[in-house]
Amino acid sequence: MLREILVLGAIAVGAAQTALAADTVDPAVEAKAFRAYFTDRFPKVTLDDFVNGPYSMDEGLRKQWKEIEEFPPYEFAVDKGKEMFATPFANGKTYGDCFSERGVGIRQNYPYFDPKSGQVITLDVALNQCREANGEKPLSFTGDDMAALTAYMAYTSRGKRFDIKLPDDPRARAAYQKGEEYFYTRRGQLNFSCASCHVQSAGNHIRTEVLAPALGIMAAMPIYRSEWGSMGTVSRRLTTCNSQVRAVPLAPEDELYRDVEYFLSYMGNGLPVSGPGARP
Amino acid sequence: MASTIRVRAIANGDTTEVQSLIQHPMDSGFIKDSKGELIPAHHIEVVQFEHGGKTVFTALWGPAVAKDPYLKFSFKGASKGDELKVSWVDNKGQSDSLVAKVQ
Amino acid sequence: MRVRTLINSLAAVAVAGLATAAVAGPADDFNAAYAEAEAASKQAVAMKTQWTTTVAELAAAKKAADAGKYDEAIALAQKAEALANASIAQAKEQQADWRQGVIR
Repeated sequence: MLREILVLGAIAVGAAQTALAADTVDPAVEAKAFRAYFTDRFPKVTLDDFVNGPYSMDEGLRKQWKEIEEFPPYEFAVDKGKEMFATPFANGKTYGDCFSERGVGIRQNYPYFDPKSGQVITLDVALNQCREANGEKPLSFTGDDMAALTAYMAYTSRGKRFDIKLPDDPRARAAYQKGEEYFYTRRGQLNFSCASCHVQSAGNHIRTEVLAPALGIMAAMPIYRSEWGSMGTVSRRLTTCNSQVRAVPLAPEDELYRDVEYFLSYMGNGLPVSGPGARP
Repeated sequence: MASTIRVRAIANGDTTEVQSLIQHPMDSGFIKDSKGELIPAHHIEVVQFEHGGKTVFTALWGPAVAKDPYLKFSFKGASKGDELKVSWVDNKGQSDSLVAKVQ
Repeated sequence: MRVRTLINSLAAVAVAGLATAAVAGPADDFNAAYAEAEAASKQAVAMKTQWTTTVAELAAAKKAADAGKYDEAIALAQKAEALANASIAQAKEQQADWRQGVIR
């Protein structure tokens, strides 16, 4: 009986400490520390270059990438996305009607926290919201069409610096923290967290791949992966990452996925949009 | 309908460097779809580049070449402004061609 | 006549009893093992900590049972339960520990 009380007491104290730590988290301070961790660890990499993922970590890979970029494999997807973006819906409206600046050069503002719904809205979700508001069926979050659309929108925003807002709203703060928790939590039978690969092992190999640093990792999305032979969305990458560590994935654009995209994008504030990216 | 062929030919003195990207599924015939059925082979068999009435480069492709294939080669004897014709034929008899100018 | 009928009836019941025991045993054991594994698996899903291997082992257990290979099916169900429990323990441990990895 006494042992149970002691155990419960310990858990209660632990929980209280965790809660206390959560309240004193300052995202701006964390973002600064996050950036410093990577710039300290990789002093030869210029800050902006982190958005190039594995190419900022490996010279041989970078050479191959530069050659690929002379004639990028994602051109077809960007062209398809451009055509889709310009094609009106059945009701005559277009995607441009749903977005500021007619949807051109705005990738750097996503995801954002929507106070009305209390949810994090990613670009992919915003596109489907636009479709549904105009009587169209939503696109699959992991399919080629969404990848083509977001590839085009990223392409028009290249070079623009990420400006993710974290409003003074406890729900936005909670979304940030849930995203942070997701990022650092080990999962799957292989017991990896996102941080296991993209923080601890950034720049190292996992089998034949060079691991991208977490700093700016959202900047190149969506990505054309040679492994896929096609353009893939954030949802496609997150769900396959989960499966690869033997964790059953969440539904695409699940709240937790949007929260982790929010957290990671905020950590990469100030870095330039480099998408759509070509990756191995 | 947009061409499946993208090509860039840049003359540098005597040598012209050609890069091309061709949109094609390049199905090998060995991959199964989600239902477990084989996706039939559908791949380019011949790619040809012609300049001044002569074939300057021929590629004989098959199942080992990946989707949306990229190709790069150099040849001599072309000048800026010359025409370069690219054409391909696949195993289903489908084809496409494009004429580009050497830059 | 009545005694013989009684003896025959008793014999019939005894035979039926033996037959029922032989068929029901392993299947019942499997059902019990599978139910436990499934319960743990459902808890893992609710905690968003389900492993792909848990799902695979559960499916394999059911497949073996459908083929009548009950010993194998029970072993697979027990393995699935162990995996599910491990994934639950992982989630609980991570709830307390994840902050240790945060860059500060």
